[in-house]
Amino acid sequence: MSPSIPLQEMIRAIRSARTQCEERGVIQRECAAIRAQFRQSDNGSRSHNLAKLLYVHMLGYPAHFGQMECVRMIASSRYSEKRVGYLGAMMLLDEKQDASLLITNSIKNDLSHSNQYVQSLALCTLACMGSAEMCRDLAPEIDRLLRASNSYIKKKAALCAVHIVRKVQDLGELFAPAARSLLAEKNHGVLHGAVILITDGVCFVLCMFQTVPELVQIMRSLTVSGYSPEHDVAGVSDPFLQVRILRLLRILGRHCETASDAMNDLLAQVATNTDSTKTVGNAVLYETVLTVLDIKSESGLRVLAVNILGRFLLNNDRNIRYIAMTSLQKIVNTDHNAVQRHRGTIVDCLKDHDASVKRRALELSLALVSASNIRSMMKELLLFLSSCPPELRSHTASGIFTAAERYAPSQRWHIDTMLHVLTTAGGDVRDETVPNLIQLITNTSELHCYTVHKLYRALLTDISQQPLVQVACWCIGEYGDLLLRGECQETEPVQVSEDDVLDALETVLQSHMSSPATRAFALTATMKLSTRITDNVELMFKIFKTGSGIQLRKFMIFFLLFLKNVLSPSVLRAAVLERMPVIEKNSGQSNGESAGAKTEPKIMVKPGETSPPQQPVNQVCDLLDLLGGSEGPAQPNPAQSTTAAGLTMNTSSAAGGDLLDLLGGFQPTPTLSVYEKNGVNLTLQYERQSDAVLTVTLTACNSTDSDISSFSLQAAVPKVCPQRRPSPHHRSVESGRRGDLDLSQSSSASLFTAFHPCPIQVHLKMRIRISYTVQGSAFQDMVQVDSFQGL
Amino acid sequence: MMRFMLLFSRQGKLRLQKWYTATAERDKKKMVRELMQIVLARKPKMCSFLEWRDLKIVYKRYASLYFCCAIEEQDNELITLEVIHRFVELLDKYFGSVCELDIIFNFEKAYFILDEFLMGGEIQDTSKKSVLKAIEQSDLLQEEDESPRSVLEEMGLA
Repeated sequence: MSPSIPLQEMIRAIRSARTQCEERGVIQRECAAIRAQFRQSDNGSRSHNLAKLLYVHMLGYPAHFGQMECVRMIASSRYSEKRVGYLGAMMLLDEKQDASLLITNSIKNDLSHSNQYVQSLALCTLACMGSAEMCRDLAPEIDRLLRASNSYIKKKAALCAVHIVRKVQDLGELFAPAARSLLAEKNHGVLHGAVILITDGVCFVLCMFQTVPELVQIMRSLTVSGYSPEHDVAGVSDPFLQVRILRLLRILGRHCETASDAMNDLLAQVATNTDSTKTVGNAVLYETVLTVLDIKSESGLRVLAVNILGRFLLNNDRNIRYIAMTSLQKIVNTDHNAVQRHRGTIVDCLKDHDASVKRRALELSLALVSASNIRSMMKELLLFLSSCPPELRSHTASGIFTAAERYAPSQRWHIDTMLHVLTTAGGDVRDETVPNLIQLITNTSELHCYTVHKLYRALLTDISQQPLVQVACWCIGEYGDLLLRGECQETEPVQVSEDDVLDALETVLQSHMSSPATRAFALTATMKLSTRITDNVELMFKIFKTGSGIQLRKFMIFFLLFLKNVLSPSVLRAAVLERMPVIEKNSGQSNGESAGAKTEPKIMVKPGETSPPQQPVNQVCDLLDLLGGSEGPAQPNPAQSTTAAGLTMNTSSAAGGDLLDLLGGFQPTPTLSVYEKNGVNLTLQYERQSDAVLTVTLTACNSTDSDISSFSLQAAVPKVCPQRRPSPHHRSVESGRRGDLDLSQSSSASLFTAFHPCPIQVHLKMRIRISYTVQGSAFQDMVQVDSFQGL
Repeated sequence: MMRFMLLFSRQGKLRLQKWYTATAERDKKKMVRELMQIVLARKPKMCSFLEWRDLKIVYKRYASLYFCCAIEEQDNELITLEVIHRFVELLDKYFGSVCELDIIFNFEKAYFILDEFLMGGEIQDTSKKSVLKAIEQSDLLQEEDESPRSVLEEMGLA
């Protein structure tokens, strides 16, 4: 049996262990020694062993075998063993363990022990981990101690009683008389305990309202006359007791006029006389303010309280500012005007560095927006939005929208604000924003010209913020003719031609940053423009051919047929595509995503139309049936060997052939065929999106009769040219990452990468490695593209 | 009422934990881990208060130790800061210019001081002097208790 080492040595040994493993070894050895020691009947060093076990427990290791030892030690007659035993009980036992019941008897005995320190141990343990049964058993004992003992025990008994009442509500009545009488004591500790006991048990005993005068008296003696060096903290006399009394007064005065009246003077006195230079003073003031605002106080006192909070807002200490805002938040609805006075300071707190302070300031600012301050507040809020932490952005954006809706001074301002938000934090706004904004724009008929100009300009600058792009596309589709008119009252007009407009929409369609919903918007807008600005169907065909994604292709086919069959600007087409009527709020779809999708059935089921529309509808249905049920190139289904998958380059279906003739005659942007072997055809297309972005599209095509599997593509460019990650909407293969595709028969897959151009005019080169398996044989090849013409 | 108090070092080592509500061991460990992570990630100039689950957390750093208390919705945060400060003062007076090592090697004494200062999540006595006196007396009692034993042992009768 290993000798037991003293506690401190064990701690040293554990700390000097260099690895977790070593530490575990030391602890296991020690625990074994401790267990052996416990088994011995009488041992002089029991308390040391238990202490060691408790240390091990604190490190997180299991120590349940010490529970019985705790019980034994509590029953011992030696104070040193009792002390550690009770500590062990508090750490290892809780009311959920069965062993805790075993100590009830020991506690009972110790509560009547001759030595007050033993009594204190028992009281402390009961207050810490006493279960409901234990509390019920021992409540009479505690009550006895509350009445007849010295102040050292009385104060502890009071807090023990607090625990008992929290566990067993009914016992509050038992302690009420004793608690009441304790208020007459002089000892601060006893007073403190008594106040807490009344606070927690007061709900059940009505006579407690009579304590108000006594409490007021105690407070007065603390704040005015009583200077006790023992209880003084930085010039404030016993702040802990003061805070507790104020809290009890708050509860008593909450629903009672008379009680509130009785404490009015006192509260005013405390509020004005307490020194607010140190935290202690501010703690007392804070509690006072909370009390004043909660009870039925007179208005003068309330103003005083709000002013204190205003002073807190200007305090250098961040903690004080934080709690001031928390308190103001609670009263912003009831005492709105009073809080408005401090609006400037609150808005300044938006610029604080601490995130929790910022959050509080944001909540308050939003609550303080009103018709009179909307313009200045909005300026601040928009400034905040551009620099706020990401977790607050969507909350800020929605707050701004609600405020704008309620208090917008003019419609133009409203539209401007919403556009500003969309440009700054477009990615964080909620789904309803797009339809709401569209509805707003439709309603503001006099500003259609202004709006469409603004949106067009925004679109040219940045197409990454999806909600903005969606709204812009919708507007251009609806009011594109106003754009071409070249004149506008509210803003300087811009010279726009039909081609410019269609180009803009095409860019949106092609951009990898656009989501499918956005593309749907752009597509529908282009369609609408066929009646508004141009009959140039050729141009539209070009646009319709270049989008991707199966859902969109369905619409594209429909639109194309619509154009083809209803080619001349007949009444029908104009009627179908005329200006949208004013949208009623909350009617129709509220999800921006479906707006693009749902316009199609509306056109098809136009009421009052006679047979002419039937024909295109039927034809469309037929075609869609043929194509229906098949998956797009993004998810090829090897089982479908005969049906053409989506829109394919090489096709075996006759119906599809007609369609493709439609698209056939148009040349896309320059294509290079980079690889043609074993039925795999790899073509490369490139286009300059803007000054900063060059888009390169690689398209792989399977022209064999069988499936190609394990297809992977890797592309690399010279290190000088950084590569941008494409958006997740595309199936993409980044350089250095393997993307496996399954190319089923006669299907093609579009692979996509975008590059920045090289800063110096370095010749752009690309090396492509391609590997695939066809008909059981694996192939791997490398191709180098040396020239990108026209770059 | 204070729900629990934690003391931990900058490296995330727990030095003291006192729970005033009945909580399962597993939950205690989880809460400690979570809180340590949150508090240790805070920058020096940030607010001492934060909201966590349905509680308010008040923490303050003294040298290498973080003192972290969880209080309820209706409790006063500023006075809790004072409670923490008072506890540190008590430790300081007892150990004489306390440092983290004192609390590590004399953890049971730190607990005894805490149990004399707080009970059931509330302050027992608002006078620093009286708390220190009580601890002193208890320690004396403990020594008296232990010394007769060693005399007996010396005589070979134990």
